[in-house]
Amino acid sequence: MVRYIGKRFVISLITIWILATLTFFLIRLLPGDPFTSEKITPEIKANMMKYYGLDKPLPVQYATYMGNLLKGDMGYSLRYKNREVNNIIADAFPASADLGLRSLVFSVILGLILGIVAALNHNKFWDYACMVIAVIGVSVPSFVVGSLIQYLFGIKWKLLPVAQWKSFAHTIMPTFALGLGTLALIARLMRTSMLEVVGQDYIKTAKAKGLSPAQVTIKHQIRNAILPVVTVLGPLVASLLTGTFVIEQIFAIPGLGRHYVVSIQNLDYTMVMGLTIFFGAFLVLMNFLVDIAYGLVDPRIRVGK
Amino acid sequence: MEREKILEVKDLHVSFDTYAGEVKAVRGVSFYLNKAEAIAIVGESGCGKSVTAQSIMKLIPMPPGRIKSGNIIFNGVDITKFSDKKMEAIRGSEMGMIFQDPMTSLNPTMVVGKQIAEGLIKHQHLSKKEAMTRAVEMLKLVGIPNPDKRAGQYPHEFSGGMRQRAMIAIALACNPKLLIADEPTTALDVTIQAQILDLMKELKSKLDTSIILITHDLGVVADMAERIIVMYAGKVVESGSVEDIFYDPQHPYTWGLLKSVPRLDAENKEQLVPITGTPPDLFAPPKGCAFAARCKYSMEICYEEQPCDMEYNKDHFAACWLGHPDAPKVERPIKGRGVK
Amino acid sequence: MEISKEKFRHVGINEEKSQSIVRPSMTYWQDAWRRLKKNKIAMLGLIIIIIMTIMSIIGPMMVPYHHSDNNLSITNQAPNREHWFGTDDLGRDIWARIWVGARVSLFIGLMAALLDTLIGVLVGGVSGFYGGKVDMIIMRFIDVMIAIPSMIFIILIMVIVNAGVGAIIISFAITGWLSMARLVRGQILQLKEQEFVLAARTLGANSSRLILKHLIPNTLGVIIVSLTMRIPSAIFTEAFLSFIGLGVKPPTPSWGQLASTGAAVLRVYPFRLFIPAFFISITMLSLNLFGDGLRDALDPRLRK
Repeated sequence: MVRYIGKRFVISLITIWILATLTFFLIRLLPGDPFTSEKITPEIKANMMKYYGLDKPLPVQYATYMGNLLKGDMGYSLRYKNREVNNIIADAFPASADLGLRSLVFSVILGLILGIVAALNHNKFWDYACMVIAVIGVSVPSFVVGSLIQYLFGIKWKLLPVAQWKSFAHTIMPTFALGLGTLALIARLMRTSMLEVVGQDYIKTAKAKGLSPAQVTIKHQIRNAILPVVTVLGPLVASLLTGTFVIEQIFAIPGLGRHYVVSIQNLDYTMVMGLTIFFGAFLVLMNFLVDIAYGLVDPRIRVGK
Repeated sequence: MEREKILEVKDLHVSFDTYAGEVKAVRGVSFYLNKAEAIAIVGESGCGKSVTAQSIMKLIPMPPGRIKSGNIIFNGVDITKFSDKKMEAIRGSEMGMIFQDPMTSLNPTMVVGKQIAEGLIKHQHLSKKEAMTRAVEMLKLVGIPNPDKRAGQYPHEFSGGMRQRAMIAIALACNPKLLIADEPTTALDVTIQAQILDLMKELKSKLDTSIILITHDLGVVADMAERIIVMYAGKVVESGSVEDIFYDPQHPYTWGLLKSVPRLDAENKEQLVPITGTPPDLFAPPKGCAFAARCKYSMEICYEEQPCDMEYNKDHFAACWLGHPDAPKVERPIKGRGVK
Repeated sequence: MEISKEKFRHVGINEEKSQSIVRPSMTYWQDAWRRLKKNKIAMLGLIIIIIMTIMSIIGPMMVPYHHSDNNLSITNQAPNREHWFGTDDLGRDIWARIWVGARVSLFIGLMAALLDTLIGVLVGGVSGFYGGKVDMIIMRFIDVMIAIPSMIFIILIMVIVNAGVGAIIISFAITGWLSMARLVRGQILQLKEQEFVLAARTLGANSSRLILKHLIPNTLGVIIVSLTMRIPSAIFTEAFLSFIGLGVKPPTPSWGQLASTGAAVLRVYPFRLFIPAFFISITMLSLNLFGDGLRDALDPRLRK
């Protein structure tokens, strides 16, 4: 297990390094420079380029950036003058994390319930009802859901605040819009998994012991059916995270996703790099944690403790 | 001496509804089982032996499966129409079951001890701790070394033979009157097979359990069962004591089965002879004897009428037209195994 | 019961009957098609997809307006008799733009899915079939690449390459083939272990025969199902990118881009968002339903 964790950790580090390198060079391939849109004289521009170290040869810039990155310094934003990328991330991350976590909890709990209910009523009304919800959740993009509920509940019926991230009421619509797709995926996966497990011999063994259907379901079926769901939690967190890009835009939530989109549009090199590496590292870490969690829930993986 | 019957199955019909129509998996099976007796149900795959066994415990998936007619009388009570609740009370406590593949029949995410304890908690209302103590005892009983440690391990830490022992421990935990073993040794190595059979025999005499052993392997049953029931295409074609079946078989299908089993005690070097052809599809069972098309001795009548049971002695029946007084006498192909 | 004596005449083995199979025999694909046809929801999905495809061809011709004709005197009209889906802020006919957008979105979906499937099948097939060092190198590479969140990667590529239809397809294929390669490799490895492949090998089948006759037909089902699922995913990605301003650039319309411009004026002209949003959703829904049905139909374990 320790060796396994070690190996996964090394792969994670390599991944982050490759991502950082890729990002660095890809961004430099961009047409234009961060100051194109501003009306400034060539001298000032040259000064600015020099100030931010953009006039040096690429390998030097790369070495400098990587060196700083190792120290945890991601440089200054080119747009928001005198603001460190670190600072901006630290400011905006809590709102994004809050939104992401709420959506995750909402979608996992409800998704599991829907999946279980559907599987237990296989080919009956509740199965179809749950699967209709799930298939709609998978098919309707989060920005459509977000805009739609914002229009209906916020603008038309004025039941919930239209935008911003302040009170609990503010969080309801964004959480729902962001989590719906994930919820649907989990529900579908859990249902399939439950149906697969129900055909296994050990379920027959459990029935032959005289356990009641409820005991068979809770102690034997769900416990085993949940394993494949755990494996997809990593990718699901990734999709939640990318989802925040549009959801934060729609609901004007001051989070990282919004910053990301804006900095791409503004060619804010250091911001894009910083955020990409931050997102990348965050997701790699999540995948790493999910892998370890999987080892903990599935005794077959827990080799040689 | 008349022994007490623990189980009686009367004219059982079980069908499965599929897209193509009704598959008649079991078509009128009758047999009985005495207290503390072991019988074997023998037949090739798809002959309905497993369906019969699982119907007794009502473990066939319903739907698509359903018990169409017939009676299952267990311990003097007709359980055919029992509700699920009532069946739960019987399963595990009065009857236990062992399945074919010990690799898949244990829950991979639950420690073995707990899997044994579950039934005890449910039926004997033991506390968790008492049940675990009892589970360790059961593991010891089925011959697993270090039962204390083993009870806390997961199935993947057990070898195949050990898992089957654990399965037996689960099935026998509440000391049931009836144990159904559905191909308990098929998935195991030959040496392990013998150990498991020995264990079952030992436990049978120790605990006075009645056993239904389901197998396609006649070699397995010889020294375990007292009587043998031969099934073919959802019907019982012959039943009798082990001696009757091995030394005086009457049905050509039984002959075929015996000829396809290697025997060390054969006097001449016998060739193993396979039964050619495939069994009929039970989606449209033939009008006459289901075996007729594969039978060297078949007669016109065999294709037209179902043979009824011919009695050879009190316990020995065969459903074959050859037993009819008008039928031609045929020479049995079983050499060196004539009447005792 | 009286039975006449001649009924007991010896007949013997009936070769024909003893080998006969009563059940109608069906090939894998026949059986899959039969089950797919029975799945009404999947068939409904298929019909909607076909209608969408046809409409993307003939839709723009049904109105006398070109999708990029400006007419500043009729901006932001709600759906009416002249303009069935209304007009946008430049007075362009939304009906025409929706169906031209459908061409773009469906084309992106199909091409991106085909391309990444092709790459994935090739790489995964080679990796799984040859094994050894090649397999190890490819798999380590995929391990690392797959850990990079695909959407972030796509966004980066979209930022670099001039945004447009080609860029979306390429960036989608670059990130999408990874999981397909893994899937195919897994399948091939599993098949290689199975007796029938061993049997074919023992009978002297060479590599190309093995691949063509045994491995491909047996992985085809999984590949097709995965392909169908990639299409909505690509359409979604296009819509997503266009929505955050990175996708297809105006004046070329795509559904995502129509939704994006619509979202900007949501408070005043909600129909401008809801019309493209409806088409995105209904298409994704149909593709998903059809894909689900296809998966169930092609799953050999579900054969009865």
